[in-house]
Amino acid sequence: MRTTMKRTLAVASAAALVALAGCSTDEISDTNEGSGSDDTEWFVQADFDEQDEQRDATFEGDPETPWLQYIDGDMTDTSEFARDEAGKVCFANASISNPWRQTGWITMQQQLQALQDEGVISEMETRDAQDSDDTQIADIDYFISEGNCDAFVISPNSTAAMTPAVERACETGKPVVVFDRGVETDCPTTFIHPIGGYAWGIDTANFLVEELDEGDRVVALRILPGVDVLETRWAAAEKIFEDNGIEAEDHFTEGDPATIKQVVTDAINQGDVDGIWMDAGDGAVAAIEAFEDAGVDYPVMTGEDEMSFLRKWEETGLTGLAPVYSNFQWRTPLLAVQRIFAGEEVPTEWVLPQTPITEDERAQYLADNEGMPDGHYAKFGGDGLPGFPEAWQDR
Amino acid sequence: MSERSERSTAVRVLPAHDSDAGQRILTALRTPGGAVFVLAGLLLIAIIVSNPNFADPGSLIRFAGRTAPIAIAAMGQYYVIVSGEFDLSMAAVIATQVVVAGNVIGQDEALIVPGLVLMLVIGALIGIVNGLATTLLKVPSFIVTLGTMLALTGLVRYITGGAATGNPSDAFRNIGRGGIQDVPILGIIPYSLLIFLVLATLAAWLMRRPFGRTLVAVGDNPDAARYAGTSVWWLKTRAFVISSLSATVAGILLVGYAGVHPSVGSGYEFAAITAVVVGGVVLGGGRGWVLSAAAGAYALELLFLLLTSLGVQSTWRNTVQGVIIIVAVALAGRTWRAVRRPTRGEPEPAPSASSPPPAPPGSRRTGDS
Repeated sequence: MRTTMKRTLAVASAAALVALAGCSTDEISDTNEGSGSDDTEWFVQADFDEQDEQRDATFEGDPETPWLQYIDGDMTDTSEFARDEAGKVCFANASISNPWRQTGWITMQQQLQALQDEGVISEMETRDAQDSDDTQIADIDYFISEGNCDAFVISPNSTAAMTPAVERACETGKPVVVFDRGVETDCPTTFIHPIGGYAWGIDTANFLVEELDEGDRVVALRILPGVDVLETRWAAAEKIFEDNGIEAEDHFTEGDPATIKQVVTDAINQGDVDGIWMDAGDGAVAAIEAFEDAGVDYPVMTGEDEMSFLRKWEETGLTGLAPVYSNFQWRTPLLAVQRIFAGEEVPTEWVLPQTPITEDERAQYLADNEGMPDGHYAKFGGDGLPGFPEAWQDR
Repeated sequence: MSERSERSTAVRVLPAHDSDAGQRILTALRTPGGAVFVLAGLLLIAIIVSNPNFADPGSLIRFAGRTAPIAIAAMGQYYVIVSGEFDLSMAAVIATQVVVAGNVIGQDEALIVPGLVLMLVIGALIGIVNGLATTLLKVPSFIVTLGTMLALTGLVRYITGGAATGNPSDAFRNIGRGGIQDVPILGIIPYSLLIFLVLATLAAWLMRRPFGRTLVAVGDNPDAARYAGTSVWWLKTRAFVISSLSATVAGILLVGYAGVHPSVGSGYEFAAITAVVVGGVVLGGGRGWVLSAAAGAYALELLFLLLTSLGVQSTWRNTVQGVIIIVAVALAGRTWRAVRRPTRGEPEPAPSASSPPPAPPGSRRTGDS
């Protein structure tokens, strides 16, 4: 089962195209993910090609505010939702159980404050499903019956399981904004997400292929199997490694740094490790430390735009790339609500830019995020919001 | 039946101790607690054969160092298991201590010593709660420590939201990550290995003290121990405190080795129990040696290393661990009796002849031999 939105768009090449959505780490997905061991389960060539194209797409809007940019496509007319007074937003959140979601959640609250000051949103009631489908369904139903909501914002915990609840929210006739992971219905007013997992896999694998030689050995550190957004990252990367003669072996680590360090240490003992690929940057530092402790040369490595990796990357001077699963997308849902309340049209599928941080850009991002904790994400996009930087520093 | 065997040992002292040292070692190696040392040796040889790179003294000593936390946890778990109880809260204690280290010590080196003291106090308190709830409230330890585990897991989740906070200062992490540098041949002697060796010596000594002897007796037959004047609740509570403290030490080493993450230590309770069982310690209490538990930890990690070396996916790890627990418990229960039978020189008493399985968790055993 994949994260799809049935769509009527030009791109509507069957289902699965928007397979993606998701956040960077740790989420345990619903059970309907099939057996998970079959690569074709997670690799759809059409999705791969589409996201590959989107990496170079032209985005509408100001690059200074990437959280408002989108790829040109169908727009939803929202004139029926226009209102003169501030409205109440109800937010059903999947969880805040990893640093990526925690950073985004802070950004969202600060964005809320800005919109409250502008008199667009009166209040936002939030329910945290703590990674549980059942809890999130109950949360959404509670909002529908008791919430007195003027707009719904939903970050689904999983795709298929959340679809009926999202449809029920749509039936209320209120605007519904879905972001991050998707659902299998086209009823929401807008679905917001960065390009996706394949794009991540393509960016990272291309980088390693470029920096390494044929026959070189790459150790891939993966959080856990069966989560579509993580699986597509690996599926895309694995294909590119295979096509280019890179010997890649993947390991599941649950994101536990002790496991990561053991896995990498054992791999080093078995023979030279030339590259490290990660499906999420949490724990990258432990992987690098394994090379330090073993006293061997640093690998070529892809992590994530988490501060811990950026700092260690600079400190060690290794050859690396920080892929980005655009954390600034947490601003977009409330800004979409602002447009909807104003009756302005919004993209039906709001695809946000997703650009890795290269070595040349690293110093700038480190400077911009100075004083931020290790679990902070460099492309959080909140430096113009109220409460910057304290809100992100004191978590 | 316990009276019978006590009478017989009173006459013959310990039959296994009649003979000379070489004979005794041979006998010991035939017990599960001794065989685990042989097993560890065989696994090591297999690893070196499968990949000669592992024979490098530097990588061997590092392996010994990184396995120290699990071996220390196994020794702590041994104290609880040999007294007839379980400690399922170990992994949660480790995660708690890891988070405490990250939040309390942080980057301030002046806070290292107070932080360490705080962690040990927290560890001791958790052990006391586990022990008192088990002994005085008479809640099975399986349930008590399950409750402690959940409570602590919730606390960690509340504090961290489930995500990593920053690492504590490098000086603190050095306890688990560093070592004595520039050692000839080995290159480095990890501090974690030294800490393990000191604790193993302490543990072996403690098991020869009255505390250790009585603890085994309580695990074997709590009623007999009580009639003999033992304060069972205090004895078991101390075992739980030792277990929590060993988890605390493991946590300190793991923060150093890996860094702060709420998932650090996950699975340690079962890894420690598996190690203890592989070490030939009988679940339900009363049998086994503390150093065999540590050797069990090393054997287990060597087995996983061998699987890695052979290219077996790490996803199989849990399966392997599960099978090992079942096989080890089955073998240990049989072999302990098999080893003793010939030396006893008297007909097997009826209950053991039917070779009953090890007592289930928390049940009271009536001392079979």
